[in-house]
Amino acid sequence: MQMKDILTVSQLNDHIKALLEEAFTSLWVEGEISNLRRPGSGHIYFSLKDDKSQIRAVYFRPYGYNRARSTAFDLEDGAKILCRARLSAYQPRGEYQLIVESVEPLGIGALQKAFEQLKARLASEGLFDDIHKKALPFMPARIGVITSPSGAVIRDILHVTRRRFPSVNILIAPARVQGTEAAGEILQALRHLQKSGLVDVIIIARGGGSLEDLAPFNDEVLAREIFRCSIPVISAVGHETDFTICDFVSDLRAPTPSAAAELAVPQRSQLLADVNDLQQRLTAAKRRYLDEQRMRLTSLQARFKDPRRFLIDFQLHLDDLRERLERAMNSAGRFRHDQLHKLKMGLRHASPERRVREKQILLAHLEKSLHNFWQSDTAARRERLIRNTALIESLSPLAVLQRGYSITRHLPSYDVIKHTGGLKPDDRLSITLARGHIEARVEKISGE
Amino acid sequence: MAKEKFEDAMDKLEAIVREMEAGQMPLDSALKSFEEGIKLIRYCSTRLKDTERRVEQLLASDDTLTTRPFANEGDDEP
Repeated sequence: MQMKDILTVSQLNDHIKALLEEAFTSLWVEGEISNLRRPGSGHIYFSLKDDKSQIRAVYFRPYGYNRARSTAFDLEDGAKILCRARLSAYQPRGEYQLIVESVEPLGIGALQKAFEQLKARLASEGLFDDIHKKALPFMPARIGVITSPSGAVIRDILHVTRRRFPSVNILIAPARVQGTEAAGEILQALRHLQKSGLVDVIIIARGGGSLEDLAPFNDEVLAREIFRCSIPVISAVGHETDFTICDFVSDLRAPTPSAAAELAVPQRSQLLADVNDLQQRLTAAKRRYLDEQRMRLTSLQARFKDPRRFLIDFQLHLDDLRERLERAMNSAGRFRHDQLHKLKMGLRHASPERRVREKQILLAHLEKSLHNFWQSDTAARRERLIRNTALIESLSPLAVLQRGYSITRHLPSYDVIKHTGGLKPDDRLSITLARGHIEARVEKISGE
Repeated sequence: MAKEKFEDAMDKLEAIVREMEAGQMPLDSALKSFEEGIKLIRYCSTRLKDTERRVEQLLASDDTLTTRPFANEGDDEP
């Protein structure tokens, strides 16, 4: 860098910033917090000091400033811390400062140590175990609230419960929530509420505060009383990031008193809406159901008929059938009748009577003819017989015999002998004469 | 306790409504269920419509517990 170079302030600060950021990228710095400020941005500004010197520091929210992460630790003036940081400059003001990235306490205070020890012991005894957590009543009739009767906490709880469920009753068991007497008073209030039997859920509430402020809620006797309490207990102590033994041992931990009130009572408007909804569904279901039944009935009615109507139907059907049967029978009968008539006629037509008569006539005729024929034939035959008799009488051998001829027959055969052949001596002969017979014997054969 | 009954009543009501909506019940049961549902609705509505709440403070003196109206309640009222 040359002497003649002239820088503007901005250039110089830019240059310093660059140098610082380059030279001090990661530092561990210890010191005591002072002038702690928490502006609305959520970042934390403070000075880190020792007995001789101090430096500005800023803990940006993005760097994980989150009290929930380090429950046993809170940044406050006077606290001794060890922080990891880098160095940077803020040019508009020409100031350099630590950009804190993480913080841890430097040596834990006695109160903190006691808290951690009690917490560990009760945890090991199982006082915080989920299985001991009692369920909250769905719709408490009366809520017991242990808190200071004055101040924002009770006002918040009354306000929230009224808004959510205007008819829920509240019984306040007053107790101081800060100072040496507080633990005892809270314990007493808890016992009184249990004894009264008037409430069905208990809220123990207090606003935020330092570890010392919250000390009464880290009391071991109180913790054990809460554990034993048969009524569900909601703990709402401190802000969202404050945790106490009371929170751990209670049945439910609410981040704030208002949240405790919200957790304790249901939203009445929602319940009313639910009931209305169910009512509408119920009536709609009933209407629909009845409509369906009615429709079924109507449809059944339409299908339901007097059995006599069936009888009439049957009757009609029966008559119809009968008619058709009769018709069919009649036509069949007439057909048969006609056919019979036709056959009769045919039969009559084909009757043999006439032919018989014809044959009889023919027969009579033939008979007569035969008779006539017979008559004439017999007469002729008789005539011929007479004629032939005369003829025969003229030709008769007897007539010849009369004239002296005889007939010789060979005995025993009676064959007429016309020549000598076959005759032998001594053959017997019969000789017929015109009158009588002669038996003779052959004596001698001669001639041919 | 009555608080139990409210929740039970709501559960019962819900069950009845579902059953009715399914529409598979015999008529007698359906009508009976409907009556029962109406009763439950009346009961639940009544439970929700109790208007005035009491805000009281518990006082203990010599082992006796008494209550008295909480004085600061007025601060809260709109």
